[in-house]
Amino acid sequence: MAEYKLLTKDFGADALQTLRGYERVGGYQGLREAFKKFTPETLVAEVKTSNIRGRGGAGFPTGMKWSFLPKDVFPRYLCCNADESEPGCFKDRYLIDESPHQLIEGLLIASYALQVNTSFIYIRGEYHDQRLLLERAVEEARAAGYIGANILGSGFDCEVIVHGGAGAYICGEETALIDSLEGLRGQPRLKPPFPAVKGLYGQPTVVNNVETLCNMPHIVQRGGEWFKSIGTEKSAGTRVFCCSGHINRPGNYEMHLGTPIRELLEDECGGMWKDGTLKAFQPGGGSMQVLLPQHLDLPLDMNAVQEAGSSLGAGAMIFMDETACLVDVSMRLVDFYRHESCGKCVPCREGTYFESELMHRLEAGLATRAELASLADICSNMDGRCFCPLGDTATWFVMSAYKYFRDEFEAHCGAGRCPVRVQATALVA
Amino acid sequence: MTLQAETRTAIERARDRYPHPRSAILPSLWAAQHELGLITPDAMSEIAAILQVTPSEVEAVSTFYSMYFQHPHGRHEVIVCINVSCALRGAEGIVAHLERTLGCASGETTADGAFTWSSTVECLGGCGGAPTMQVDHHFQENLTPARVDQILGALRSEPTPHAGGTTIGPAPTEPPLTTSGAGETPLTTPKEPEQSAITGPGTKKPAKRRGKAGQ
Repeated sequence: MAEYKLLTKDFGADALQTLRGYERVGGYQGLREAFKKFTPETLVAEVKTSNIRGRGGAGFPTGMKWSFLPKDVFPRYLCCNADESEPGCFKDRYLIDESPHQLIEGLLIASYALQVNTSFIYIRGEYHDQRLLLERAVEEARAAGYIGANILGSGFDCEVIVHGGAGAYICGEETALIDSLEGLRGQPRLKPPFPAVKGLYGQPTVVNNVETLCNMPHIVQRGGEWFKSIGTEKSAGTRVFCCSGHINRPGNYEMHLGTPIRELLEDECGGMWKDGTLKAFQPGGGSMQVLLPQHLDLPLDMNAVQEAGSSLGAGAMIFMDETACLVDVSMRLVDFYRHESCGKCVPCREGTYFESELMHRLEAGLATRAELASLADICSNMDGRCFCPLGDTATWFVMSAYKYFRDEFEAHCGAGRCPVRVQATALVA
Repeated sequence: MTLQAETRTAIERARDRYPHPRSAILPSLWAAQHELGLITPDAMSEIAAILQVTPSEVEAVSTFYSMYFQHPHGRHEVIVCINVSCALRGAEGIVAHLERTLGCASGETTADGAFTWSSTVECLGGCGGAPTMQVDHHFQENLTPARVDQILGALRSEPTPHAGGTTIGPAPTEPPLTTSGAGETPLTTPKEPEQSAITGPGTKKPAKRRGKAGQ
């Protein structure tokens, strides 16, 4: 169990971002084989066999999501979710930067499986250069006959539209993404109806993450059974983990699922920087609960991390040493959710505001004990009560940090300044 | 007519690409901002006319997304991330440096009109090369005050307007084969940043919020 280069195997190959470079390492063979070996129905079944779960954060089984599309309703749509905005997450950017054609090939394979004739890549506005890379790759693919009418003589037509967002984390939520694609303010929709039944333009729609789609050429060529054999029983395959924070080697590492987190930290990431000691880490990006050094022996497995009270989420690992203030980190995350709240529902819109105001006072050492006590009250009025997960997840990190670092939170009350920062300054001086 | 023929054509092409013309509102706003440097009421009315929607529907979209702006910005756009991964590796030091050297606060434009800069809690996706900023939507990572000075110094004398918007459809200019600038997300050991990684401002005000009307 260790680093396992499946999606990232050819990264760094000469001109991999171009069609020529991609074909040189076997690119688009997956698409050819998809047409030769599978019908749309058997391809969906193969993806189900693979046990692959979505790599966007929720981890829903992809094959199952695909099978929810009603049989005879057309047109349907497929949207690649490249709105990556989760704090700590930069793997989709990496996958697009290094191999835009791998994503396009995966998107086309999925489109064939789902019988989708118009597919979209919704990419966040801030990924400007990545969007240009994708647009150029789409034009190259079109010129080579991989996109358009009667692809490779298969009788299957597919058009790909690259659509740039304009700065909104909420548009990573699938129904808000669909709203945004329709040309509206990107606000989430009530579910049911689920997008598989009624999504983009009211038609059956599947939204899949970049990394999820990048796996498709490999599942087609090596089989669902092979894919299932990698990783763990509940988490098949590999995942690209974005590692950041107080470590020696921040970056993206594609890992065999089931590898202990400790190995990822000490081997790939080179351990904590400046001979520091791990204080806490977040295993799944800004939305997920904090974990402690004692949790380092957990395997990179969705279910195992869930049982420990957090989640691998979008695969973003943030490691913090003893100079980190958990109140400050919580404050920044709460600020993030306040900034990104779409404003549609009261508990999120008002709750993130109150959370944020309170956390700023706490970090400044100006809050009272009574105010700190009200934090739990505010969060309990948000978690499970918001229109979409954004408001719920706005409470998870701060409440878990409060649970594990209660003394640190209480030491801020009436302190006049951040006590951890004072201590950290002394450490460095 | 506010918009040039080239922009109008780009909007029409966008409109015809989507199954429903309303979907072209976002790329149309980008095209208008790219040409004018900001979103104006007249531009929104013109977009609405081409897409056959109402001006208020276009305006509703323009005020929701944080990357569209309705007042003039400087020639270059600088956005510094202060979310967790960047804060852990010295983002606040970069923010303080920018305040000092640019002589204006987050959200403001320098006196010479060269830069509009802001700190943002909206994670940019440069966590592997933290601290990170975007300059005209291009990533600049593994920042130190010296590197910031070098990057901005090179741009300050550039007379060209900033590429605040984006093109829609196939890009007319060649994008880089890789988006690796100096210090892009590395799998190799990054250079040690100059300042310490002490987190948090302790007493700073909340980051200036951009966009999202009514919040």
